[in-house]
Amino acid sequence: MLSTTEQELEKKFQERIDKGESIEAKDWMPERYRKQLIRMMGQHAHSEVVGMLPEGNWITRAPSLRRKCVLLAKVQDEAGHGLYIYSGTETLGISREQMLDELLAGKAKYSSIFNYPTLSWADIGAIGWLVDGAAIVNQTVLAKGSYGPYARAMVRICKEENFHHKQGYEILATLMKGTPEQRAMAQDSINRWWWPALMMFGPSDKDSPNSAELLRWKVKRYSNDELRQRFIDRTVPQAENIGLTLPDPDLKWNEERQHYEFGTINWNEFYEVINGNGICNKDRLKARRKAHEEGAWVREAANAYARKKSGETIAA
Amino acid sequence: MKNDNWPLWEVFTQKRFGAPFEHAGNVHAPDKELALMNARDVYSRRNEATCIWVVPSDAITSSTPEDMGPFFEPSNDKIYRHPNFYKTPGASFE
Amino acid sequence: MTNQEAIFEYCLRIGDTSLILGQRLAEWCGHGPILEEDIALTNISLDLIGQTRGFYDYACQVENKGRTEDDLAFLRNDRDYRNLLMAEQPNGDFGQTIFRQFLISSYYTLFFTALSKSNDETLAALAQKSLKEVNYHLRHSTEWMLRLGNGTEESARRMRTAVEELWMFTEDFFDMNDVDRILLQAGIGIDNSALRADWLHFAQDKMKEAGLLIPEKSFAIRGSREGKHTEHLGHILAEMQSLHRAHPGATW
Repeated sequence: MLSTTEQELEKKFQERIDKGESIEAKDWMPERYRKQLIRMMGQHAHSEVVGMLPEGNWITRAPSLRRKCVLLAKVQDEAGHGLYIYSGTETLGISREQMLDELLAGKAKYSSIFNYPTLSWADIGAIGWLVDGAAIVNQTVLAKGSYGPYARAMVRICKEENFHHKQGYEILATLMKGTPEQRAMAQDSINRWWWPALMMFGPSDKDSPNSAELLRWKVKRYSNDELRQRFIDRTVPQAENIGLTLPDPDLKWNEERQHYEFGTINWNEFYEVINGNGICNKDRLKARRKAHEEGAWVREAANAYARKKSGETIAA
Repeated sequence: MKNDNWPLWEVFTQKRFGAPFEHAGNVHAPDKELALMNARDVYSRRNEATCIWVVPSDAITSSTPEDMGPFFEPSNDKIYRHPNFYKTPGASFE
Repeated sequence: MTNQEAIFEYCLRIGDTSLILGQRLAEWCGHGPILEEDIALTNISLDLIGQTRGFYDYACQVENKGRTEDDLAFLRNDRDYRNLLMAEQPNGDFGQTIFRQFLISSYYTLFFTALSKSNDETLAALAQKSLKEVNYHLRHSTEWMLRLGNGTEESARRMRTAVEELWMFTEDFFDMNDVDRILLQAGIGIDNSALRADWLHFAQDKMKEAGLLIPEKSFAIRGSREGKHTEHLGHILAEMQSLHRAHPGATW
């Protein structure tokens, strides 16, 4: 049971949200709100950082110097985005180290999409176009969310993310104008990435345990299904423009609804991948753990040096 | 006991010469020189800064939400501090 | 050898060194000791590959055979690569990567300072732009070398290993062949061997601050001017060129 004061505080809090006010780190907030934000922002930050791995897989093999620079800059941005969001989450009273520990212990979740392998160069195009495209649809909305530090991080990220989406589409458009092998590479890639990209918006709202609460608090502004529909509506014409076929026989325009209809998503696959059974789950975590463990001596040495230096200053 | 966690620093960037410094975010760093370099690498990848400040996060003191009333409301009624309080046609330098 | 041919070769050396070192640093992306450092190493890598594109572009112009930057990067074999042997050495641990960066960046700082006074305007301009970037790379690697050299027992030990692994490739920086002599005479290239004393002085000073000594006995490995590499380069190129070569003539 909440005490009367807490009930009152919560009522005031909800009024502020309803008025569209932004909540700041030191403001009073319900414990559930804080927990939900830590969960969501943590997952988001982890996704950025783990998301560096599938694309990083092709940096050393990028087929031209221009593409190499673009991909490097993009993967680097993801590190930056992870950092911005961790930075925002730290305002809620949890340190980046705590969040990383949870990730490395396999306790924290991240976007299931990054547990799929990048098998060809076209996958770099597909990730930029579909995965970042989906992320932009999500993040544009999150940028108007109620928690100030998160929303501000999203504004910055959205600005940077647009180039990611464009470079991905450009890669695929170029491949589709290329040799038969290149076109086949692009089509194969879309066949593999389309459905996982649709899963990125999360389970259907009736099966999404957190949705109602998050909507009420304006942490989320639209339901998973609404955002998924928005993404599909935008993406289908782009696929047609460059001659890619989306792997869904049920995909068709519904004139009455003014939306595309689409086939059934394999949620079983989604839950298996989220729960650790995707092709790359183990490799991804292994890579992150290795980087963290092998970096420990570096971080320790820098701390030791800082202590010695501040000791010297105090002595002098 | 391992000691490999780095303290947090708040980063302020100036977008062009003469402009005010704005809070950009934070970085982790073991000391001020690395804090500055990390801030440069993280927050000016797109040429967004002409100057950067870094401050240990725990050195910042903030007013609290409870302060909101007593701190800021008393200045609400001092309208004579704003230039548009004065009706002096033609006397403006702007 | 004409001046133009010498300039072509000169640009390859610089461009190849930046590319191979940039490629090595890119291997760190996603695997650094902390997120901030991932971003820092990638920034350096991006600077270096940017330098490569500038020098390759000029190489293609002076060669005038219709080759592009990608032809130079992806369609030459290891014996045609002219990068410094230092650049192709493996990343090793973070300390080794830092020490390699310190050695090359300190040399590059002197090299680009001298080259920015070249009679050849394009080379001078490319050198000036590169110099600004390299100055920061030097600052970054020097700061880290000081911390790792003076940090913990473990980090100091790792740094001493890095010195042992890499020092033997430093003489390769200062070798001169016909290309250097022709360009030096024309006021286009620089007196590379004359940089050695200043460089050694600087490197020794900074290493001393980091508690590191130059090995007393070290046999110099050289040969980059003639494309005689260590075994590492072949593997770097095999990986870097695989996709490009698998689709001859394709556009990306």
